Amino acid sequence: MIATPADGRPLDLSIAGVDKSFGPVHVLRGLSVGIPDGQFVTLLGPSGCGKTTLLRIVAGFEMPDRGDVTLGGNDLLRLPAHKRPVNTVFQSYALFPHLRVEDNVAFGLRSRRVAAAETARRVREAMDTMRITELARRYPHELSGGQRQRIALARALVNEPEVLLLDEPMSALDAKLRKEVQAELKRIQRQYQITFILVTHDQDEAIAVSDRILIMKDGRIEQDGSPEEVYERPVSRFVAEFMGSANVLTATCDGSDTAACGFAPLRLAAPAPWRQGHIAIRPEDIEVREIQPAVNGVRGTISERLFRGDHWELLVDVHGEHPMRVITEPDQVHSEGEEIWLELPPDDLLVLRD
Amino acid sequence: MRNLPRWISPVSWIGLAILYIPLLAVGILSFNATRYGQQWGGFTTAWYAMMATNDAILAAAWNSLLVGVASTVIATVLGTLLALGLHRTPWPRWFRRGSDLAINLPVVTPDIILAIALVGAFAVLREWWAVFKPGLVTLIVAHATFQISFVTLVVSSRLATIGRDQVEAARDLYANTGQIWLRVLLPQLMPGIIAGALLAFTISLDDFVVSFFVSGPDATTLPLLIYASVRRGVTPEIHALSTIIVAGTMLAIIAVAWMQARRDAKPTE
Repeated sequence: MIATPADGRPLDLSIAGVDKSFGPVHVLRGLSVGIPDGQFVTLLGPSGCGKTTLLRIVAGFEMPDRGDVTLGGNDLLRLPAHKRPVNTVFQSYALFPHLRVEDNVAFGLRSRRVAAAETARRVREAMDTMRITELARRYPHELSGGQRQRIALARALVNEPEVLLLDEPMSALDAKLRKEVQAELKRIQRQYQITFILVTHDQDEAIAVSDRILIMKDGRIEQDGSPEEVYERPVSRFVAEFMGSANVLTATCDGSDTAACGFAPLRLAAPAPWRQGHIAIRPEDIEVREIQPAVNGVRGTISERLFRGDHWELLVDVHGEHPMRVITEPDQVHSEGEEIWLELPPDDLLVLRD
Repeated sequence: MRNLPRWISPVSWIGLAILYIPLLAVGILSFNATRYGQQWGGFTTAWYAMMATNDAILAAAWNSLLVGVASTVIATVLGTLLALGLHRTPWPRWFRRGSDLAINLPVVTPDIILAIALVGAFAVLREWWAVFKPGLVTLIVAHATFQISFVTLVVSSRLATIGRDQVEAARDLYANTGQIWLRVLLPQLMPGIIAGALLAFTISLDDFVVSFFVSGPDATTLPLLIYASVRRGVTPEIHALSTIIVAGTMLAIIAVAWMQARRDAKPTE
């Protein structure tokens, strides 16, 4: 057990040069990241990117082949899983089917032989926080997915871990419930002020809850930043495409601030660092114009339009590789087949590193 | 079930009848006041009363019970440990396949083969250790030998329903290996272990072939006694005894089925 240092030094989590292979599959490739105490961090990436393996290494279910994991300066890897001040909410929830809800929640405290009176008090508090007090005497199989998830959270939080690990905890919930749980998670993280590490492949979920997003690809961190940063300023083609619906354009650049991309030359805010690479622009940053704009005007034909309630989504054929996705105000009505001008403002053209 | 042909239902009733009419006949005859022959001579429980005072029957019943309980305890402990060892260790695939076969084989091996093998084995063991002379000890060991497979099969199927995440969750919640066993695995395995034990007990109680070969003159079990008596003609007392054995076996099987049903009603995560 690692106690909070007496001098109040925060329990920062440090992962340094972690490497892990399963047979021939190289899952983590020298991954390093520091997570300050109390941060809500999301590991975001497609399946197979290594995010769950990293979580399992912190939990103690896997040992890295190389590298260090420390918490507040103490070596975590020396401790077996059941001695780490870290708790996990499993994707399957992994509730104990033979135990009542209250006994599931009390499990960790009883393992550590916390006195019965204190156990009862803390279990009651945790169940209050998660609003599952009325389910105390029920068995997991009698409960809905959302209720089980609350129990899994209460069962982990009652131990007051230094770090809470969440392994795709919302993947089994329907969309509406998921939104509620996201808000709830954020509230609980603020209340407990402990480090949360969430694993997910859902970028909307990551943006909604995190202080910081680590986008993972092939066992490495592709981009590390706040939700705004990774959304607004993707560094690579992978991030731009993964984080949402950005239009990614293949372009060439001769060192000036103009790039050529098949259908038109585009003025950039700054020269691109490559001769051939990619540029991204978000659908909401593209302006629809009646007349040719002064810079970066592109002529196109609306091939499809979808009404999304609070906006229109247009697919505009610009004779490029893919049609451009454009988002307009609901009062800006265009029809399919209409020819329009698109303005791609230089400041909104994101030059990707690749 | 609706689109099965119409004749299925009557045929399955015939099947059931073929299974149970002989047993029913024994049950009826055990209450028949006629001593010889099959004519109905009125209802009586006299045969049950006579049976209860017959020293040979009581001694055989005691032996059956003793052998059944002792062998079941041994087989349940060993069979459960075997299931756990096979399931919780990351064996290579070829070993897993081989061990599956090794556990299933005794279930389908003819009793007579097992009996002959045991007779040979006991004869060898007897060279060094007199305790293996034909009698209660050889009966207990022999019964445990064929019971282990049944226990292992039942416990394994139960074990397969407990996911790896359960063990990881327990470990994550600070449980050491001993606590994981006592608080997570054993409570969930218990219905399987009890069902396996009951099954093993009924098999021991009903066994004739193996017992016939490995028992000695002073270690007669109920099936052996019935066999010996029948050679002098089937008496109503034997019918009464048989009825009790069948009823006892059925109760145990119903208990097993009930436990399995309870398990299915309470699915794991």
